[in-house]
Amino acid sequence: MSNLIDLSLSELISNIKNKKISSKEVTSEYVERSKKSKKLNSYIEETFDTALKKAKEFDSKPDFNKKLPGIPMAIKDLFCTKNVKTTASSKILNNFIPTYESTVTQNLWNDGAILLGKLNCDEFAMGSSNETSYFGNVISPIDNDLVPGGSSGGSASALAAKLTPATIGTDTGGSIRQPASFTGTVGLKPTYGSCSRYGIVAFASSLDQAGPMTRNVKDAALLLEVMSSFDNKDSTSVEFKRPMYSKDLSKDIKGKKIGIPKEYRVDGMSEEIEKLWEDGKNYLKDCGAEIIDISLPHTKFALPTYYIVAPAEASSNLARYDGVKYGFRKEGDNLIDMYEKTRSAGFGDEVKRRIMIGTYVLSSGYYDAYYLKAQKVRRLIKNDFNNIFQKVDAILTPSTPSSAFKVGDKSNNPVSMYLNDIFTVPVNLAGLPGISIPAGLDKKGYPLGLQIIGKSFDEQNILNIAYSMEDKINFKFNLKEWWMND
Amino acid sequence: MSIDLKTVKHISKLSRISIDEEKAKKLETDLNSIFKWIEQLNELKTDNIEPLNSIVETKLRLRKDEIKSKNIREEILKNSPDENKDFFVVPKVVE
Repeated sequence: MSNLIDLSLSELISNIKNKKISSKEVTSEYVERSKKSKKLNSYIEETFDTALKKAKEFDSKPDFNKKLPGIPMAIKDLFCTKNVKTTASSKILNNFIPTYESTVTQNLWNDGAILLGKLNCDEFAMGSSNETSYFGNVISPIDNDLVPGGSSGGSASALAAKLTPATIGTDTGGSIRQPASFTGTVGLKPTYGSCSRYGIVAFASSLDQAGPMTRNVKDAALLLEVMSSFDNKDSTSVEFKRPMYSKDLSKDIKGKKIGIPKEYRVDGMSEEIEKLWEDGKNYLKDCGAEIIDISLPHTKFALPTYYIVAPAEASSNLARYDGVKYGFRKEGDNLIDMYEKTRSAGFGDEVKRRIMIGTYVLSSGYYDAYYLKAQKVRRLIKNDFNNIFQKVDAILTPSTPSSAFKVGDKSNNPVSMYLNDIFTVPVNLAGLPGISIPAGLDKKGYPLGLQIIGKSFDEQNILNIAYSMEDKINFKFNLKEWWMND
Repeated sequence: MSIDLKTVKHISKLSRISIDEEKAKKLETDLNSIFKWIEQLNELKTDNIEPLNSIVETKLRLRKDEIKSKNIREEILKNSPDENKDFFVVPKVVE
């Protein structure tokens, strides 16, 4: 057997099921490696001792019918975990210990997984570089001055550095797919309504979805299978027969029609990304798919629409942080003063900025001009996809307009930071599934990703396409373990 | 449409976030650059377009109004920022 840490989630599971390794051995390996990787700052809360105890318990009474038998897993700190501190990377939740468990994480534990710890992210998932976290920025294992992307930056960093065999994130405008693309990993945002939002710290409720982040496509299929469920506790959870994504995974995509949207060829796109996209098309042709040029005319309006809709929903969702029932409180002269001081000291700059954008677009006199307008454009963006999916089975685009950037490069210019999500945001606005897979390296040797967008609830199809492409791409990144302490 | 300092202070009041003069000025710059960029939406005519409120365009499910969790008073109060474990305590509201 090769090095335990190098095994994919699926390989790890079969080794555990074949009794070649124990949950204790696996968990100890990941705990030791995580302890040596503090430089990345990917963990906020470590639950190593409990994890080792649970691994021992699993080994003493193993249930190999579980889908994730005794598998240790660190997860984004946006999922509420019962009796384990959950902060959303914000000072305002720094002392919050949930008394309940999110549905998605409960699904993981029910299927045998073990919590390793909670992973850093942008504060309230607002950011594209993991630089807005109250607990400091996360470093990418790809290079020592590089951001891992965001908002699921701790998840991407920990996954790429092999501090967890797989992980889960949330994606409101690209927060799974963009960091996956930056770190050479696989990230899937499911269709809105596939994974329950119950117990996930809310950012923008009409856009938020949880999804898997993994080392390969097969692992993503497997993890999605466990995460996705109908849940009465989420009013927008959709009831449908959930497929066995990993069992039904197939490389037969012959005759599939794949759309290439011309609007994604943005001004100033680098030759490297052009080539990556071109190579992607060729791989698909080799697999017997048909490439069709398409148009999604409202694409360029997606990002400005998102920056009305998401902050508007965020300003409402974050109204709950008032220092009364839970979280951080700063005392004031009276009730209003306490609210204002608590929120001023408890939220970071980006979160404040977005709450204020949201408050403004919902305020009297501006609602029609901004919020209502954005909802109408959102309809047009969704219609674009509806129309095109009459003609094609899936859409291929780059995941991001560039590879990862350096820490501090974009943190002073909000609009240039927002532009990172230009290719991922339309998918959230339309509620569709999208997957980012590693597809190549740029001149600097940093990973680049391709995104496959599918019809609603057609995850199986985009997984199959990604699975076929993965084989052809044969992505390799030589991870130098520069961050490890002895 | 540009956002002046007075508007920034008004929004901060509505948002219940106190800001000092320096922060207000920084926000004025940031918000103006963001809204300038957002206003490209005005290129689009949307007069007869139905606004999209939710991606899941079905009626919300109805359920029976019944109590499912009992005796969770302690759990609810557990994360209260005030020391008092019987009530949520706030500064005096009514004189």
